[in-house]
Amino acid sequence: MHEYKLAPTALPQLPKAPTGIEGLDEITEGGLPLGRPTLVCGSAGCGKTLLGIEFLVRGILDYDEPGVLMTFEETADELAANVTSLGFDLKAMQADKKLRVDHVHIDRSEIEETGEYDLEGLFIRLGYAIDSIGAKRVMLDTIEALFSGFPNEAVLRSEIRRLFRWLKEKGVTTVITAERGEGTLTRQGLEEYVSDCVILLDNRVIDQITTRRLRIVKYRGSTHGTNEYPYLITEDGISVLPVTSLKLEHTVSDEIISSGVSGLDDMFTRRGWYKGSSILITGTAGTAKTTLAASFALEACRRGERCLFFAFEESPAQLIRNMRSVGVDLQPCVDQGLLVIEASRPTLNGLERHLVTVHKLITEYQPQAVVIDPISNLVSVGSISEVRSMLTRLIDFLKVNNVTALFTALVSGRDGRMEMTEEGVSSLVDTWISVRDLEGIGERNRGLSILKARGMAHSNQVREFLVTEHGIQLLDVIIGPLGIITGAGRLTQRMQEQAQLVAQQHELSRRDRELERKRRVLEATIANLRTEFESVEEELRQVNDEESARQQALDRARTSASHGLNNLPLRQPNTQPE
Amino acid sequence: MMDTSEATAATDPKTWELRLYIAGQTVKSVTALANLKRYCEEHLVDCYTLEVIDLLKNPQLAEGDQILAIPTLVRKVPEPIRKIIGDLSNEEKVLVGLDIRPHGTH
Repeated sequence: MHEYKLAPTALPQLPKAPTGIEGLDEITEGGLPLGRPTLVCGSAGCGKTLLGIEFLVRGILDYDEPGVLMTFEETADELAANVTSLGFDLKAMQADKKLRVDHVHIDRSEIEETGEYDLEGLFIRLGYAIDSIGAKRVMLDTIEALFSGFPNEAVLRSEIRRLFRWLKEKGVTTVITAERGEGTLTRQGLEEYVSDCVILLDNRVIDQITTRRLRIVKYRGSTHGTNEYPYLITEDGISVLPVTSLKLEHTVSDEIISSGVSGLDDMFTRRGWYKGSSILITGTAGTAKTTLAASFALEACRRGERCLFFAFEESPAQLIRNMRSVGVDLQPCVDQGLLVIEASRPTLNGLERHLVTVHKLITEYQPQAVVIDPISNLVSVGSISEVRSMLTRLIDFLKVNNVTALFTALVSGRDGRMEMTEEGVSSLVDTWISVRDLEGIGERNRGLSILKARGMAHSNQVREFLVTEHGIQLLDVIIGPLGIITGAGRLTQRMQEQAQLVAQQHELSRRDRELERKRRVLEATIANLRTEFESVEEELRQVNDEESARQQALDRARTSASHGLNNLPLRQPNTQPE
Repeated sequence: MMDTSEATAATDPKTWELRLYIAGQTVKSVTALANLKRYCEEHLVDCYTLEVIDLLKNPQLAEGDQILAIPTLVRKVPEPIRKIIGDLSNEEKVLVGLDIRPHGTH
């Protein structure tokens, strides 16, 4: 009674049995409904049986929950052999009393029906198997095979209904597999009886490429991912690939890291891009996308970070050789173990397998930077929408792990944009750099521009750059009458400027000379004037002198005259009439 | 219910080795057993063995003969193995199923 009272608050969620299958627990938010049956349906070759077996095996290995496998199609030996390749040792588990395999053989030709019967024998067998090892998990592999063995469908249906109820009462978590029917989930309509959780597996071939998908059709009492999730059968079992960050709530870094090209860093106001962001470099063929990517990888290794380089076009040796020719020497980084180059042809695997490989390597290697060169090649193995969904998951995965990711993408066409990047990936990436041919008359130059950079201002210019022996170098911007000038135009412009400069200098010196002449003329004039002045001055002085001399002479004459008139007062000269 | 005529079963090719699987004393099981006994006494006098297995007591035996339905009558001998499920109420079907040619006198 206490438990009942506590239940509403203590158990807000349906108790679940984790499957241990990669990704499935995320989609189901914890696993399959505990103690209830789950229907797994799908067409042939979807991996229904495998999913069920993995559910049992993981239960045994990871959660210590013994399991019973009741198979209606394959024998115990066949099943054991089939899953050996996945590393599941059913025989050993059976010997350890963790697993019980019961093969139910039904042969219509052996069975005659008279009168009333029920399937109590099946219940007893199953009950005995469960009780003998204390099983918590049960798998019924294609229970629909019963329909071929027993003609009385009414009895069968009521018995199957009873079986599921009985399993529920037993409290075992059950997986029931069923073949997909035409227009219905299962051929025999088993979904009517199993109403707790239904998982649909699907195997689709589009353009000769098979993709397996999983969808939770219903899950009573629990929320779940509703999309179709691609899944793979790998050497480790089933791997479902959900969009890892369904909620977009990953933490972000405010740290800035360099792109490896200093000129490019300068184009961002914060001199680089954010750590943990994703960068897309798009460009037409031969626009040095790989070189930019390699520069970034090299810079990451210089900072002491681990970098993972997925090359879908070149072998590691070729990549290293080619990059060395432009001054980006990756070999030391590889030797130090900081750089791992993983090269494979995109067509080697389907998209999902590529994604799994990438996931696996990233999980194994824990890099801080990842380069994928180029992502556009993946289109050769999948449609654009598939590539997009794959990249969405990949980018999310990298972001959650705070890995800086750089992708390159080849685009076609003169305008340099293709719908794949335009509608596909560009909204997912944080920084988008476009490199392209700037084709002029008789030459091609490379131009680089930033189309977007989330979280910081950036240059709006198309910068010409050169791939030199010392890596990528951005050239200064030269603005001509019609905009930014590159290549030969740049040279012409420079020559014109030089000519102009020379002309200007000529003009300047000419003016200087003119001024000099004027100055000289002026000086000459001044000299003339001075001479003239001097002569006038001379003349005036002469006149003055003469005047004063005459005056003195006069004075002397008067003085001598006054000596003759001794009694005359001294002031006499003053009063002397003129 | 068992070994009525072991010795004859080994020598006579026309012996029937039968097993009836039941689960407790349910109506169907009891009916089936009664029916079977009647048919055997009528048609297979002294040339059959009948083993009745109650799966509630021996659940581990269900796997061996691939028993699903209850009640199930298994004809082990003569070969091939045949199974007849149900309460055996249809005599004709049971006899055909057991490959018993009804004696002309009956």
